[in-house]
Amino acid sequence: MAGTRGYVNRRLHSLLGVVPIGIFLLQHLTVNFFATRGPEAFNAAAHFMESLPYRYVLEIFIIFLPLLFHSIYGVYIAFTAKSNLSNFGYFRNWMFMLQRITGILTLIFVAWHVWETRIAIGFGWAELNYSLMEGILTEPFFFWFYIVGVVSTTFHFANGLWSFCVSWGITVSPRSQLVMTYASIVVFVAISYIGVRTLIQFAYGI
Amino acid sequence: MSENKTITFIITRQDHPDESAYDEKFEIPYRENMNVISALMEIRRNPVNADGKPTTPVYWDMGCLEEVCGACSMVINGTPRQSCTALVDQLEQPIRLAPMTTFPVTRDLAVDRSRMFDSLKKVKAWVPIDGTHDLGPGPKMAESKRQWAYELSKCMTCGVCLEACPNVNSKTDFIGPAALSQVRLFNSHPTGAMNKSERLQTIMDAEGLMGCGNAQNCVQSCPKGIPLTTSIAALYRDTAIESFKSFFGSDSRV
Repeated sequence: MAGTRGYVNRRLHSLLGVVPIGIFLLQHLTVNFFATRGPEAFNAAAHFMESLPYRYVLEIFIIFLPLLFHSIYGVYIAFTAKSNLSNFGYFRNWMFMLQRITGILTLIFVAWHVWETRIAIGFGWAELNYSLMEGILTEPFFFWFYIVGVVSTTFHFANGLWSFCVSWGITVSPRSQLVMTYASIVVFVAISYIGVRTLIQFAYGI
Repeated sequence: MSENKTITFIITRQDHPDESAYDEKFEIPYRENMNVISALMEIRRNPVNADGKPTTPVYWDMGCLEEVCGACSMVINGTPRQSCTALVDQLEQPIRLAPMTTFPVTRDLAVDRSRMFDSLKKVKAWVPIDGTHDLGPGPKMAESKRQWAYELSKCMTCGVCLEACPNVNSKTDFIGPAALSQVRLFNSHPTGAMNKSERLQTIMDAEGLMGCGNAQNCVQSCPKGIPLTTSIAALYRDTAIESFKSFFGSDSRV
């Protein structure tokens, strides 16, 4: 079939957003949440993650390659949509456009975040510990940059779960899609709390 | 009712497919129970614009005048719908008429919906029964299923769902909701199901089913109330199963 590649790309894009990227996001937010128990707890958790065996293999195949594919193909998808919210202001149409906007915001945020932490640590410019994040987040601009970045990431993930369930034929009926909408709102609120709470801890120490 | 009551129309006009569009304003005398088409007929009877200047009559497409043919679709006050069932009394004035932007304009409000008919051919939206001999009666269809499938068969290829879709635009070749729903209709027919795999394979690409972004404007806009997004979600399930079946390659095709 002529269009098989396009089909596989879309399926892969949808799958990678949840497995492994979504799983990684949940893990990442959870480990960071150790910060609320104090710098020692965060440093211990971060050190545990840092010293996982075959760490580079895990990073490349669970984080970087899936993330690169999902983001590059996602930018293409985002820019082939044409917003028509003014004439069709339905809830799902808003979610459709917000999914594309938060996707771009998340890409900008993640690119900066990876540069400032993982790449800086890789080059030896910084050291992975509580004070690295404390140093970044006590600057008001970066605190708000991280708030916007984290919330757009959690929105993109939660709403992405909804469309994942449609795209894989899990939620077919309008009722199951509505139930999934409520479920994704709960997911959004819960993981946004985890992310924002951690940011406040780093920025204000409370 | 005042004798001098008028209705104001602002119509997006285009003299030729290659020329640019312009707006023209019309004031026509009010009559009771008018629809947009009877108002357009009034303009055709007396083609004079609101400035009192004679102009060419506004051109539009129509057929059945009872919302089953789909030919008279246009954008009325920002909403794509059939002009035959757009009642003037229920519309805010000035009434703005424009051609649907998804399709090439042939003239004024008339558009060329060929791409939709090409899509129906592409997805084999029919039941092939021709043979070199009498194939006999086909398998029976359960009445409950027939009633359900009848809803999908109400599609009149009017183009409103394509116009409402944010992913049907000049930057993509997305086939649109209408033809996808027809795949589900003909795949659910007992004889049509003999070509199920073929139809699914046809829509399994980025321009087919995967072009959908789940904005769900189509199901909100469909004048026939067809459960388009349910059809699309069901096709997502069917194509997922189809790809699992042939994940390592397969020569079975049903």
